[in-house]
Amino acid sequence: MPIPITVVVNGASHHAEIEPRTLLVYFLRETLRLTGTHVGCDTSTCGACTVHLDGKAVKSCTVLAAQANGHDIRTIEGLASGDSLHPLQEAFWNNHGLQCGYCTPGMIMAGAALLDENSTPTIEDVRHGLEGNLCRCTGYHNIITSVLAAAESMRSGGVR
Amino acid sequence: MIPVSFEYVAPTSVEEALSLLTEHGDEAKILAGGHSLLPLMKLRLAAPAVLVDLGTVDSLRYIREEDGQVSIGAMTTYAAVEHSETIRRVIPMLAQAVSLVGDMQVRNRGTLGGALAHADPAGDMPAVVSALGGSVLVQGPHGQREIDISDFFVDIFTSALEPDEILTEIRLRRQEGAAGSYEKFRRRQIDWAIVGAAVSLSIAGGKIGDARVALTNVGPTPVRATAVENALHGVPVDDLRLEDVSQLASENIDPQPELNASSEYKRHLARVLTRRALQSSLA
Ligand SMILES: Cc1cc2nc3c(=O)[nH]c(=O)nc-3n(C[C@H](O)[C@H](O)[C@H](O)COP(=O)(O)OP(=O)(O)OC[C@H]3O[C@@H](n4cnc5c(N)ncnc54)[C@H](O)[C@@H]3O)c2cc1C
Ligand code: FES
Ligand code: FES
Repeated sequence: MPIPITVVVNGASHHAEIEPRTLLVYFLRETLRLTGTHVGCDTSTCGACTVHLDGKAVKSCTVLAAQANGHDIRTIEGLASGDSLHPLQEAFWNNHGLQCGYCTPGMIMAGAALLDENSTPTIEDVRHGLEGNLCRCTGYHNIITSVLAAAESMRSGGVR
Repeated sequence: MIPVSFEYVAPTSVEEALSLLTEHGDEAKILAGGHSLLPLMKLRLAAPAVLVDLGTVDSLRYIREEDGQVSIGAMTTYAAVEHSETIRRVIPMLAQAVSLVGDMQVRNRGTLGGALAHADPAGDMPAVVSALGGSVLVQGPHGQREIDISDFFVDIFTSALEPDEILTEIRLRRQEGAAGSYEKFRRRQIDWAIVGAAVSLSIAGGKIGDARVALTNVGPTPVRATAVENALHGVPVDDLRLEDVSQLASENIDPQPELNASSEYKRHLARVLTRRALQSSLA
């Protein structure tokens, strides 16, 4: 039996009737057409599906859309403001933090949550924070460099 | 992967959740953080007809300290425990252990109540809470009972909870003059422990007082290393023979071999991790 949910996604409120078994990631991708959030493994392992639920990074393949009812979601589409990229997006670009880009939305959302909690992370903090995100291309080095660079640019007058 | 269809209910109080469990009987299952249950449902290894979501029961999220006792609401996430001022001050070992569970995203969803109720032999919290010593509060249709953590784990994935009961609170004692540490060995950062060792001790006047040591994933439930505990009791810290004492952790256990570890290797890990946990407790 379908159930009603209301969620705020990237600042806009959405009301929908969903099957209870709908996973948050499929609600975002298929109902709202926000396909920036990727499904890598579908087994809670890779972090490609990472979004923010009330500001905390979660794997949206392991959350029911019903569990997000009444809550606030942010996806990769909600990170830039207009044409100006978020410092993390900027930093991934500048530091070659991606190759195929499949893991990137998840990496950036995990990185953003990490920097929200800790604006002066050490390299170890970044490694620990990104443990749940897998990348098959980059070898992680440039991803970590990118997150540290974003932290730096956000501290020195970045808007966010 | 999509779970089998189910009915979803979101009670707002423990009482309402209990009456839903009573109404639906064996068909119903509690949903906490969902980070054990949803993967099982997606693989269709679990197919409950009704999911009773405790996520909407706000009264189960709290951390309180009173009269030497710390009470943690069952729906408190790992992340909330890890970052809690109270926990870091009063039971630092718990904050340290929690930071080793899964990854950041898992810690943002998984709950302490769910981790204990699930009774996974490879789960970290069963051994950690067993080493800290404490109890859980449980509510059922006929009222409330308190279960000592030593009596809580019954068998693999089986706790002393009845199907119509809800674990509502975890109670831990304040660790006066206490030290402790949890060590786990795993292939990749986000993996479950191949073996884990949790140590909690009190130290007074340079001597070890009470010691509790519990091992993860060497039996169907967390295993207390009582030989190690006895060998530690009353020993002056400076006289401690770490190697000899840790060796006892590998005796009297008969761990199941698994994909990445023979029984022999797990016994080896039990010794090494117990030694490391003792070393960091005494550091
Ligand atoms: C990628 C990944 C990595 C992980 N790594 C680790 C790890 O390294 N170490 C580790 O220990 N765990 C790990 N886990 C498991 C994680 O810790 C789970 O979150 C936890 O074991 C279960 O807690 P939950 O709140 O998610 O419970 P759920 O999955 O919601 O529930 C688990 C079970 O307990 C029952 N239950 C839950 N709460 C209650 C309650 N209050 N009263 C009665 N019954 C209840 C449910 O009905 C269900 O049967 C990992 C999980 C994932 C997805
Ligand atoms: S798709 Fe969710 S963790 Fe891989
Ligand atoms: S850039 Fe290809 S998976 Fe990370």
